Amino acid sequence: MTEKEGHIKYAGQFRRSWAKLKRNRAALFGGVLLLAYLFTALFAPLLYPGNPSAPNLIKSLERPSLEHLLGTDELGRSIMGRIIYGSRVSLLIAVGVIAVGLLVGVPLGLVSGYYRGKVDFIIQRVTDTMLAFPGFLLALALVAVLGVGLKNTVISIGISMVPIYIRLVRGCTLSVREEVYVEAARAVGTQDRGILLRHILPNVMIPITIQTSLGMGMAILFAAGLGFLGIGVQPPTPEWGAMLGSGRVYLFCSPHVATFPGIAIFLAVLGFNLLGDGLRDALDPRFRI
Amino acid sequence: MLQYVIKRLLSTIPVLIGISLLLFFMLRMLPGDPAQVLAGQMATQEDISLIRHQLGLDRPIHVQYAFFLSRLVRFDLGRSARTQNPVTAEIWARLPNTVLLAVVAVTLACIFGIPAGIISAVRPYTLIDYVVTSAAIFGISMPVFWLGLMLVVVFSVILQWLPAGGTGSWKHVILPSVTLAAFVVAFIARMTRSSMIEVLSQDYMTTARSKGLKERVVIIKHALKNALIPIITVIGLQFGLLLGGAVLTETVFAWPGLGRLIVDSILGRDYPVIQGAILVFGLLYIFVNLAVDLFYAWVDPRIRYD
Amino acid sequence: MKDEDKPLLTIRGLHTLFHTLDGTVNAVDGVDLDVYLGETLGLVGESGCGKSVTALSILQLLRCPPAEIQGRILFKGINLLDLGREGIRKVRGNSISMIFQEPMTSLNPVLTIGEQIAEAIVLHQGADRREAWERAVEMLQMVQIPEPRARARDYPHKLSGGMRQRAMIAMALSCHPQLLLADEPSTALDVTIQAQIMNLVVLLKKEFDTSIVLITHNLGLIAEMASRVVVMYAGKVVEEAPVQDLFKEPLHPYTQGLLGSIPWIGRKLKTGRRQLQEIPGVVPSPLEMPKGCRFHPRCPRVMDICCEQEPPFVRLAEHRRVSCWLEAE
Repeated sequence: MTEKEGHIKYAGQFRRSWAKLKRNRAALFGGVLLLAYLFTALFAPLLYPGNPSAPNLIKSLERPSLEHLLGTDELGRSIMGRIIYGSRVSLLIAVGVIAVGLLVGVPLGLVSGYYRGKVDFIIQRVTDTMLAFPGFLLALALVAVLGVGLKNTVISIGISMVPIYIRLVRGCTLSVREEVYVEAARAVGTQDRGILLRHILPNVMIPITIQTSLGMGMAILFAAGLGFLGIGVQPPTPEWGAMLGSGRVYLFCSPHVATFPGIAIFLAVLGFNLLGDGLRDALDPRFRI
Repeated sequence: MLQYVIKRLLSTIPVLIGISLLLFFMLRMLPGDPAQVLAGQMATQEDISLIRHQLGLDRPIHVQYAFFLSRLVRFDLGRSARTQNPVTAEIWARLPNTVLLAVVAVTLACIFGIPAGIISAVRPYTLIDYVVTSAAIFGISMPVFWLGLMLVVVFSVILQWLPAGGTGSWKHVILPSVTLAAFVVAFIARMTRSSMIEVLSQDYMTTARSKGLKERVVIIKHALKNALIPIITVIGLQFGLLLGGAVLTETVFAWPGLGRLIVDSILGRDYPVIQGAILVFGLLYIFVNLAVDLFYAWVDPRIRYD
Repeated sequence: MKDEDKPLLTIRGLHTLFHTLDGTVNAVDGVDLDVYLGETLGLVGESGCGKSVTALSILQLLRCPPAEIQGRILFKGINLLDLGREGIRKVRGNSISMIFQEPMTSLNPVLTIGEQIAEAIVLHQGADRREAWERAVEMLQMVQIPEPRARARDYPHKLSGGMRQRAMIAMALSCHPQLLLADEPSTALDVTIQAQIMNLVVLLKKEFDTSIVLITHNLGLIAEMASRVVVMYAGKVVEEAPVQDLFKEPLHPYTQGLLGSIPWIGRKLKTGRRQLQEIPGVVPSPLEMPKGCRFHPRCPRVMDICCEQEPPFVRLAEHRRVSCWLEAE
């Protein structure tokens, strides 16, 4: 082990973990689903030319047909088109939420777990308070304060994700910190920053990766929930949850309006969960999360 | 054990304080005059002045906080901006409905989830295992409100067996609680499975078998008892997800519970009620977790007989 | 042959395979051995040589699949491998018992010690709970645990390592088995406690007239306790001898290496060597067994034939055999 490379617990196992992951058909399926969504999001205009939010009242509430494969909603817009563009919104939300969670949660977790003491105590109390609220409710409360809309949705859900990351990173930091090689590094005079960057952070990356996959799924679910309630992403932006919410009124006569966006949410979250599970199976025995 | 109990009880105090601070500052972070915000759109000048006096808005902030705390302890949460009823009354009218749903959901989830997880763990990689784990992962990926709507479509529209919403009879309870339970069943099944698998690989399982005990005894008496410990702790956390799900489920089924109250209040900018409902949810969650932690301490002999 | 001369346990052609994703592992690859009434048979070898798997195979405590046990294991004339699930259950804890290496993890943390001992008594001897509990307390007394009645109501975490091992012994002997499989019973314990535990085992063996298969890599223990020794390497038996003969005149190069690597005071003076004698190389991976004699890559006296063919067993006396080309010529 050289100082420059840093020490990853069980580094040699990575190749084996990757092979194990590839063997996991469920995880692969999840990965394929996610790639499909990514593709849809990136190439949305190609897949559905035209404005998905443009109303066309003549064609309101039409059943699925050749012209509109998934039917139209109450304003005559193609549900398929809105689902396609909705993938952009959802992916954007997922990425944004994770970004907030990581950018705030990881540093705080590292500091909390590594330095302990008063800083740790304060951060832990705050985390405890935030975790005293179930996730969705916390996001809900934040939306109540911040207001509705895409940006606030991302911020609210992101903030509710922060304590999870803090806990995760802190736990991992606490255990890595006790490892002998950290003691050895300190004995040769490595600065704290060096230890954090080269030894602790690489080890923390693994549980973070797993949590990120699962967290993205959770973010999409939460955002859809807020959208469903009408306090998330606002119309006319196509968001799957909001589409479900507005389509709910027509459930008895035109159930397709609410059904298809729900399937879209389900498949996206399923993809993240399958992948996250697969990652956990491939990596977890060594990193007890 | 006593030490553990005391420590655990004490640890709720900072959290309670934290929540009160959160609620206190939440109001003041909103744009506009807090008194006006609390009073709502239909308030008169008199009402606003009264509230301003109650909040002590002209006093320094720590005095305001003291006022706030003193009112909290007396369960004075103010009046709803929409209905002018005391917030406590509004909440009290709806809380039992939500608790009912939650209890039924957790019960259903345990009845179906734990055995499913056990069977899955004892026969891994067989057909039944695949069925259970697939169903479980579907369950946790499914948006709770979508599931609710789909169930309504099937059972209320097509089959017309069950009502689509509202309260009144036990029939009205079925769909909302099943919807709410779906996620929890899936989670509990997964947790049970992984916990059992972990326990089954322990050395003491080989010891138990080496004594010639029947497999059923080995599984239930030796393995399950150990596996349930982490599962129980997780159920507490699950309760939180349940409360979140309740918000959505109650909306779908027009169930008159606390969840719907929160949503309606957010949409109607009824801040006293929002504050009160969030407080109650938070307290509920904290105390369920506390109960679960204490129960866990009682069940695990390593903690109970320290 | 008189009845008393027939062995209590006879193993012939035992093959225990594990079907893994990386291939099939022959953990035990053709093992024959006998255990006679009232004797202590030492089963010696390095970690990974298959000795524990052999013991687990006797009681069928391996999960099949991925394991697969082939061969014959005759206990009092009956092939244990022919017994169904119910059949082997009646044998376990009753006629044949096992104690394990790690007392810390081998006892169930949520059940009391007394309960864990009593349940075997209830099962195999049809006692009711109160009787079984009394007998459990008696057993705890016999394994020299102070205040046995109080200890019986304790949970495992309250006991020290040595105490737990005593409790395990009590558990295993509670139904007076005729054969005890002891898998590294003292390895995980402090040296002083080791001695206590082994003395206890000797005492109880005399009391109950139990045969013991003592599995260990500790040659000192073998010298003190065993009457006959079977040496295993890489899944096969390489030598079998009465204990005195094995130590005085080891025939297989592996055995010689094992004995030679024991540090002893005065060695430098007598042998003129400053360094400990080691066996060079490592135990082969079960997926890549060497052709011919499995020990040949590490053998100081290897010959050409050793790399080509597996050596046959050469019987030199009634309980003396060795599998080595050096003896076969």
